[in-house]
Amino acid sequence: MSNVPHRFAPIQRLLHWLMAFCIIAMLFIGVGMVSTVAPKYLPLILIHKTLGVALLVLVLVRLALRLHFGAPPLPADLPPAMKLGARLSHLLLYGLMIVMPLLGLGMLWSAAYPVVLYGGIQIPALLPQSDQAHTLLWNAHVYLGLAFFALVLLHLAAALFHALIRRDGVFATISPLPQRERMKPTE
Amino acid sequence: MNQSGGRERSSLGWLTLIAAVLGGSAAAFAYTAGWLAPERLTPDRMIAALTPPSGPPLGHRRNHAKGICFTGMFEASGNGVELSRAKVFVQGRYPVLGRFNLGTADPNAVDATVRVRGMGLQISAADGEEWRMAMINPPFFAVSTPEAFHDLLVAAGKKDPEAMKTFTRANPEFAAFAAWAKAAPWTGSYAEEPYNSLNSFVFTNAKGDEHAVRWSLVPMAEPAAISQAELERRGPDFLEQEITDRVRSAPQRWTMVTTVADPGDPTADPSRPWPENRRKVQVGTLVVQRIEPERDGPCRDVNFDPTVLPQGIRVSDDPFPAARSSVYRKSYDLRAAEARDYPRNEAAKP
Repeated sequence: MSNVPHRFAPIQRLLHWLMAFCIIAMLFIGVGMVSTVAPKYLPLILIHKTLGVALLVLVLVRLALRLHFGAPPLPADLPPAMKLGARLSHLLLYGLMIVMPLLGLGMLWSAAYPVVLYGGIQIPALLPQSDQAHTLLWNAHVYLGLAFFALVLLHLAAALFHALIRRDGVFATISPLPQRERMKPTE
Repeated sequence: MNQSGGRERSSLGWLTLIAAVLGGSAAAFAYTAGWLAPERLTPDRMIAALTPPSGPPLGHRRNHAKGICFTGMFEASGNGVELSRAKVFVQGRYPVLGRFNLGTADPNAVDATVRVRGMGLQISAADGEEWRMAMINPPFFAVSTPEAFHDLLVAAGKKDPEAMKTFTRANPEFAAFAAWAKAAPWTGSYAEEPYNSLNSFVFTNAKGDEHAVRWSLVPMAEPAAISQAELERRGPDFLEQEITDRVRSAPQRWTMVTTVADPGDPTADPSRPWPENRRKVQVGTLVVQRIEPERDGPCRDVNFDPTVLPQGIRVSDDPFPAARSSVYRKSYDLRAAEARDYPRNEAAKP
C-alpha cells in the first residue's frame, strides 16, 4: 500500500485552488451580470465567457491528472454514508465543471450570438440558431448554476467539517499549505 | 475539567463557525443576484416597464415589436479605415441583414400611431465577424440615462396626467424630444427616414488612434412629408406594403455618415446632439435589395444587440449600449421561450 498517495499531487492542489477561486467568481459574476443594466454588464459578461472557456480547458486537464495520479483514500473510519456522499458530490462537481461551460456556449450559439472572448478570440458556432435549444440550454445553465453554488457550499461545509471537527487529515490532502508534522495523539 | 465536555463545546463552536461561513456566503450570493435589492434596475424591471397593460407581446420583441426583414449589401467606400480598423470599412461589399421596425411593444400597432421608426442592422465581414446595431429616426434620444428611460416608460404608462409632468420636471432633457415628436414631419416610407445610432462608440484605427463617434444612415430617397391623418388613411400596415413594393422596383440606399466628436463633446449622453460643424466621414452605402415578412424572414431570430461589435469598434462612456444589451438579451430569452406563441408559417395560406 506504499504506492497510495497521502495527498493530492502539487499540480492537482494548485489546479484545485485556482479553479475554486475562478468557479466561485464565475457563479457570482453570473448572477450579478444578469441582474444589472449598468455599464459593468459588458465587462462582466466578457469575463464570464472568457473565464468559462478557460475553465473548460482546465477541467479537462484536471480530469486527466486525476485519472493519472488518482486520489488519496478516505479515512477508513469514515462512516459509509459520508464516503458515499463524498464520492457522489465529487462526481457531481466534475460533471458540473464540464457541463456548465458547454451549456453556456450552447445557449449563445443557439441564440446566434457570436462568441467573442477577451482579446477578440472568436469561438466558431457548433450549433444552429434554435429557439427550443436556446430555451433548454439557457434554463439548464441557470438552474444548474444555482445547483452548482449549493454544491460548492456543501463542499465547503464538508471541508470545514473534516478540517475543524473530525480533524481526520482529509483537508490536508488538498490543503494549499505545506504539510505539517503529523500531530501526536494527545495524552 | 471534563475533557469530553470541552471537546463538545469546541465542536459546537466550530459548527457555529461553519454555519456562519455558509450563511454569509449564501447572503453575499443573494445580494449579488439582486434578490435583496428590489430597487436595483434589472433587465426584468425594464421589460416590465415596457410591457403594455394589455400584457406582453408573447413570442415577439418586447419593444420595436412590429417589423419587416431586409437583406442587401454594405458598400464600404474605404473612407472609414482612417477611423477604425474594423474589416467592414475596407473598401468592398459586405452582406447585410436588417429589420425596419416601429418603436412599439404592439406587433399589430397601426403605423400612424407610432412616432419612432427604427432599423436593426447586421453587417458581416468575410470571416464572419459581425457588427450589429439598432438605430432610430429621432435626431437625439429622449432621455440621458437608462434609469430615466425606465422612469419615462413608467410615467407614460400611468393614467394620471400629473405623472408625465412630474417626469418632465425631473428630466428636463425630455422636453426637446417631446418637441421633436410633436413637430417633426411624418413620412410615408421606411425608405425616407434617417436612422441614427444616437449612442456614441469608440473607433480605433490601425495606428491605435481613438475617436468617439456617432453614425447615421441618411436616406438617398427624398423625404416627402405627409400628415399623420394621411398615413392613417393609407392603412394600418402601409409602411410594410410600401417598402416591399418600393424595394421590389428598385434597391433603396442610405449613406452611412460617421460624425467624429471633438474633445469635450457629450459622448455619454445621447439626448445631447453634437454641434453641426463636427467632422463627418461618409464610410459607405447601405443598399437594401430584398424585403421579406418577419415571420420566417431572416431577421426574426436575430437580436440586434448594439454591443456585438467588430474589432476596431468598442463602447464608449455612453451607458445605453450596455443597458440595451442586457435588456435585449432578456427580451430574446423570453421570446425564444414563447416561440409557440409567434404566428410563424401562417403565411402559407393560399
